[in-house]
Amino acid sequence: MSKGFFSGLLATLVGLWSFTAISETDGVFDEYRELMGDDNPAIFVIYDGEEIWFTPAGPKSVSLAQCDLGLGPGVVEGAYAQLPRYFSDAQRVQDIEARLEYCMTHLQGRSPDKVRANAYSQRGELGTELEALVAWIADQSSGLTIAPAQAHAKERSAYTLGESLFYYRAGPHDFSCATCHEQTGRRIRLQALPNLTTHQGAAAAYSTWPAYRVSQGIVRTMGWRMRDCMRQQRMPELIMGSEASVALQTYLSVNGAGGSMAAPGLKR
Amino acid sequence: MQTIIRICAFIIFSSALHADEPYNVLLNSMVDKNFVTVERLKQDELQAFCSQPRSATVDEPRAAELREAALKGVPTPAGENYLGDWQRGEKVAINGRGLQYSDDPDQANGGNCYACHQLDPTELAYGTLGPSLSGYGARGQNPAMLEYTWTKLWNTHAYNVCSHMPRFGAAGILTTQQLQDVMAFLFDPESPVNRPQP
Ligand code: HEC
Ligand code: HEC
Repeated sequence: MSKGFFSGLLATLVGLWSFTAISETDGVFDEYRELMGDDNPAIFVIYDGEEIWFTPAGPKSVSLAQCDLGLGPGVVEGAYAQLPRYFSDAQRVQDIEARLEYCMTHLQGRSPDKVRANAYSQRGELGTELEALVAWIADQSSGLTIAPAQAHAKERSAYTLGESLFYYRAGPHDFSCATCHEQTGRRIRLQALPNLTTHQGAAAAYSTWPAYRVSQGIVRTMGWRMRDCMRQQRMPELIMGSEASVALQTYLSVNGAGGSMAAPGLKR
Repeated sequence: MQTIIRICAFIIFSSALHADEPYNVLLNSMVDKNFVTVERLKQDELQAFCSQPRSATVDEPRAAELREAALKGVPTPAGENYLGDWQRGEKVAINGRGLQYSDDPDQANGGNCYACHQLDPTELAYGTLGPSLSGYGARGQNPAMLEYTWTKLWNTHAYNVCSHMPRFGAAGILTTQQLQDVMAFLFDPESPVNRPQP
């Protein structure tokens, strides 16, 4: 099936959704999700990601094929499910985004500032390299157990830090992540809010990112999700792959450990 | 004896937390965006006190201090004029924008009440982080209720330290006029908040 067919179908679905969403929290969207079945349009992005991985790029004109995502150079299958983890070459805990930045700068010789500046799609863009790579890499862990490494002291302190960031209240509205994500069965307007302090809530959320966002027509990463929730929290802009972004994701992945990866997910 | 225990508890507590760590990490992990600067990452006393899980045990004497300080800072509107225009207040309650870097700083901030509360019972897109306020006016329009609600909106921590509702007045999110209008939206018998429940 063609990409055009999907975009057309999706536009119709989004249209329908925005008219009918008022009736029930997530019910209507769940129906569409069912209707789409395995036909997550992220599939096209996944293909792109795989191609990008193997294509020489950057000043050194080498591909990412030797990038070590934690299971050895070039091993992609199963790597996402074990992130974030400590990397001795970088001497820090990294999520997929920080790791890709590391490989792009160290293997391909690209500038870290540029990698970060082009990480997430701006409004109206059709997806970035990073988004495509993350979609493919996460898909290579689909069905596998969320099992972030917690053996290294820095991996454990990333979790503790993530937890304290989760409860850190600041800004004009006094919000923390906990304001919106510490209770079960709540919603904001009509959007259901997962309780990310529980295994169940964290596993359901963590396993389904990166995700194809129907309303935006692109794949978004978990790092972007962190940034956008920080925006809603009235905070400044969260830097991709930063210590705070990685720590928050460590908190979520460890809380969700044991769950089963199902990314790229499909989200409104 | 009690003081000694309290001092020991304080030392253990503060050394375990490394109070500055989250702040320093955030400072290194964020950048200014539009009109939103990293200045916002700094916590005031209340925010620092309230950055614990709901299940954590509360230092009651300290909570009482913060409650009192919050209460002291609540101004009475001129002429004890608590009620503005409910129709304008409804717009404030619906508007969820304001103070995010994606928002237009030249537009008035919203109160975003529907994000967390049910108000007009015919509006179905309401959140449930806070209790339903439908029919709020039925609680009576007496001075005590007006003052309670005004205080709650100005600085919710005056009654409930670590409440998750924003400090609409104390934090400068809404103006006095906007707060008076929202008050009218809650209390006015003509306001849809006080329409008979379907
Ligand atoms: C003001 C409320 C609010 C705050 C504060 C907030 N979030 Fe969210 N969060 C939301 C909403 C609303 C959604 C659902 C968005 C949607 O459906 O489009 C969401 C979605 C998420 C998701 C994805 C859930 C899923 O199942 O897809 C994660 C993960 C998340 N938030 C984490 C966080 C973290 C971490 C923080 C703190 C940095 C945070 N949020 C702060 C409102 C908030
Ligand atoms: C982020 C969520 C949030 C937002 C936004 C919010 N509230 Fe609240 N509100 C709460 C919570 C939680 C409570 C209950 C806990 C408490 O009393 O502090 C509450 C309590 C209240 C109460 C006291 C209710 C009672 O039974 O005594 C009133 C009145 C109120 N809110 C009005 C408003 C108005 C008006 C707005 C918009 C200007 C608003 N709230 C916006 C979360 C919110």
